[in-house]
Amino acid sequence: MHHNETPPRLELRGITKHYPAVVANQAIDLVVQPGEIHAVLGENGAGKSTLMKIVYGVVKPDAGQIIWNGQTVHIRSPAQARALGIGMVFQHFSLFDTLTVAQNIALALEPGQAIQELSARILEVSTRYGLPLEPDRLVHLLSVGERQRVEIVRCLLQAPQLLIMDEPTSVLTPQAVRKLFETLRRLAAEGCSILYISHKLDEIRELCHTATVLRGGQVTGTANPQLETSKSLAELMIGKELPAYKRSQVRQVGEPRLVINDLSRPSDDPFGTALAHIQLTVHAGEIVGIAGVSGNGQQELLYALSGEKPGQSEAVLIKGQAAGQLDAAGRRSLGLRFVPEERLGRGAVPEMSLEMNALLTGYANGLSKHGFIQYPKLRAFSNACIERFKVKAGGATAAAKSLSGGNVQKYIVGRELMLNPEVLVIAQPTWGVDVGAASFIRQTLLDLSQEGVAVLVVSEELEELFEICDRIAVIAGGQLSAAKPVAQTSIEEIGLLMGGARLMANTADTHEQQGVGL
Amino acid sequence: MIRLEPRPEPSQVMIYLSPVLAMALMLVVGMIVFTLLGQPPLKAFHAFFIEPINDWYGFGELLIKASPLALIALGLAVGFRANIWNIGAEGQLIMGAIAAGGVALWLQASTSIWILLPLMLVAGALGGMFWASIPALLRTRFNTSEILVSLMLVYVANLILSWLIHGPWRDPDGYGFPQSQMFESNALLPILIEGTRVHAGVLITLVALLVATVFFRWSLTAFQMRVSGLAPKAALYAGFKQKKMVWLGLLAGGAAAGLAGTAEVAGPIGQLLMPISPNYGFAAIIVAFVGRLHPLGIALASLLMALLYLGGESAQMQLALPAAVSGVFQGMLLFFLLATDVLIQFRLRWTHKSAVGVTP
Repeated sequence: MHHNETPPRLELRGITKHYPAVVANQAIDLVVQPGEIHAVLGENGAGKSTLMKIVYGVVKPDAGQIIWNGQTVHIRSPAQARALGIGMVFQHFSLFDTLTVAQNIALALEPGQAIQELSARILEVSTRYGLPLEPDRLVHLLSVGERQRVEIVRCLLQAPQLLIMDEPTSVLTPQAVRKLFETLRRLAAEGCSILYISHKLDEIRELCHTATVLRGGQVTGTANPQLETSKSLAELMIGKELPAYKRSQVRQVGEPRLVINDLSRPSDDPFGTALAHIQLTVHAGEIVGIAGVSGNGQQELLYALSGEKPGQSEAVLIKGQAAGQLDAAGRRSLGLRFVPEERLGRGAVPEMSLEMNALLTGYANGLSKHGFIQYPKLRAFSNACIERFKVKAGGATAAAKSLSGGNVQKYIVGRELMLNPEVLVIAQPTWGVDVGAASFIRQTLLDLSQEGVAVLVVSEELEELFEICDRIAVIAGGQLSAAKPVAQTSIEEIGLLMGGARLMANTADTHEQQGVGL
Repeated sequence: MIRLEPRPEPSQVMIYLSPVLAMALMLVVGMIVFTLLGQPPLKAFHAFFIEPINDWYGFGELLIKASPLALIALGLAVGFRANIWNIGAEGQLIMGAIAAGGVALWLQASTSIWILLPLMLVAGALGGMFWASIPALLRTRFNTSEILVSLMLVYVANLILSWLIHGPWRDPDGYGFPQSQMFESNALLPILIEGTRVHAGVLITLVALLVATVFFRWSLTAFQMRVSGLAPKAALYAGFKQKKMVWLGLLAGGAAAGLAGTAEVAGPIGQLLMPISPNYGFAAIIVAFVGRLHPLGIALASLLMALLYLGGESAQMQLALPAAVSGVFQGMLLFFLLATDVLIQFRLRWTHKSAVGVTP
């Protein structure tokens, strides 16, 4: 069957998917033209991922039609999707650390191809699209941006007609984002359609031709993002305006509360990052941010600060007291509170109820007495936390794992804040949290610093750091740059440090590092 | 065709139904085994499960077998809840019995029952704890596996007992039999119910049941141990002392096993000989899991396990079946429990035909 005009590359009609508890997608219509960069915009839980999994054949829809280049298709598996010409780059990479780039790519292709031939093709494709890669390098030596390139090149080798990118920029430096956008534009110019999933409004306005906005599993609008403002897109996305942050102009910065003093230590993980001569002071009443691309020593630094992996006594001072040798409980008794980035399994016990999870760090604050659990106090504390931090849960007895990621995060943040912190260390405060809750958490951190608490935020979201921090430092290759006042730096400068210091850390490597992070 | 499908949430019902299912399966397969052995299944069932407890004496026997099983299982549950696997309670029981027996042999000529029995109980608990402290020390110091160390120490304990009753502690008037002197009455636990062998050791188990109930529900330490069992990273994050957990988990089991050993030698046995226990230390592991590491469950499971012991003896006498039949039933119970526990996380789905290729 031939049409005079080219049919859309992909058309979804009435796609519906119900899960036992939620409707993930309700009658979704979406049209992607050839060569179009089409944004799918929505908060966490809006149904973006489910929709993309349906297109990629991972999830089967309950109802609806998928029309691919004018033909109705039933995509039953990712292999079938790839055969049709659909490629997907996942948010979390699926690469083997101990294999080379070429070996990793070979695993995804039809067997029977010689590695040398494949390497040549990888070089060719990666040069053509400005994605420099060395086929013989081991994956664990690559930066996160390079790993993403491996995933993209892996898709490109199959000459896709549609490329699905799931939150691709969350792990990249601003400069690497620029580079990625150039590649995507080139691909689109050659006729490849791109489905670009994101909740970052600025990026979508810059890159995408069309945007389909999802909320609560339904399409709430289709827009040309270049004609919209971030405000109008946000309204479509969350149904109301983005709140502005309140912060008082008068900043009272007090005495040093948390001092990191020449902290060096090797990583326990063979693929981890060793910390080298980390130096940082956080004062009462200020928020200091640590920016960086993930995997540059954030994990190791947080373990060293929280006391989960104690070290040298003088390397960490809390309120002037040497705390480097203390375990997490010892540091908590000095006034340190810590919110880890792993919520379930570290910040909370998944199988236990919310109230028992309050006991996890609250046992020294009156929730237990003479070694006995004070159940009435525990219940009251949990209920207060649920109410104050607007945690959506089936009550204090609900198991932590029955909550969504964002609500677990709100509960953990709430728990630590209700335990009277004097120093708060918080990692990825708004990861996986919806926009409304994220702004609530950020406002809470601002209020906390106003009350004189010293706050250290480790985050991969630069916008977030610039919104709430007084000073920002950058961690790269296990080294920490000097913390600069926000007014005296810019996203570009921080971005350069995020990529640039990595160059320095890799000087021992004989491979040329041109283009890394640029 | 039956397919296993992961449940969205672990089933709370199956957690408690699984031991009942396992028991039912054990009975069904047990009846089949009896039939294959040429026994009418109903008669065998009667001989195995009814006959042993159809009078007060038999009921007393049930209690004195359930008592050590429950006591040891409670102690083990403390560690098991924190993923500390003490498999060597049998050895700790023997060392407890040796310590208590040593005190009895040393002091029974000169000490009143009111001092001697408490001393024996303390010595017994310490003996078991001493034996459990070896895997604890090696685990906390060198990160050795407490499973292997505690298990291997069972055999060492057995050899120590064997050496004592063949050598220094052998009864000089015992015609060369490898056993100690009989204990005097001031070293024996008093009988509680006239006409049975139910002794005061049962009271120790009852107290332990109460203490464990309070401990598991209200103590911060039990909570901390549960956390380190369920989510070790969360325990580290909270700053719970991992080494303390290991010590406590192993010592609780050791103390309980040592007390159980004391109650055996100061109760029905009345001297040191071999064997002291028909593998109560190993059977208690099954009791702990069938009882879901919960005091009430452990109490019920210990009665069931005790009945399996008695049933095995009765089946030997009435049906001339081999002694191993007890072990077969115990093994089946654990085997079926492990199988039915799958249903906590998974559910069975009957599909008419294997639908090829449609994997949602």
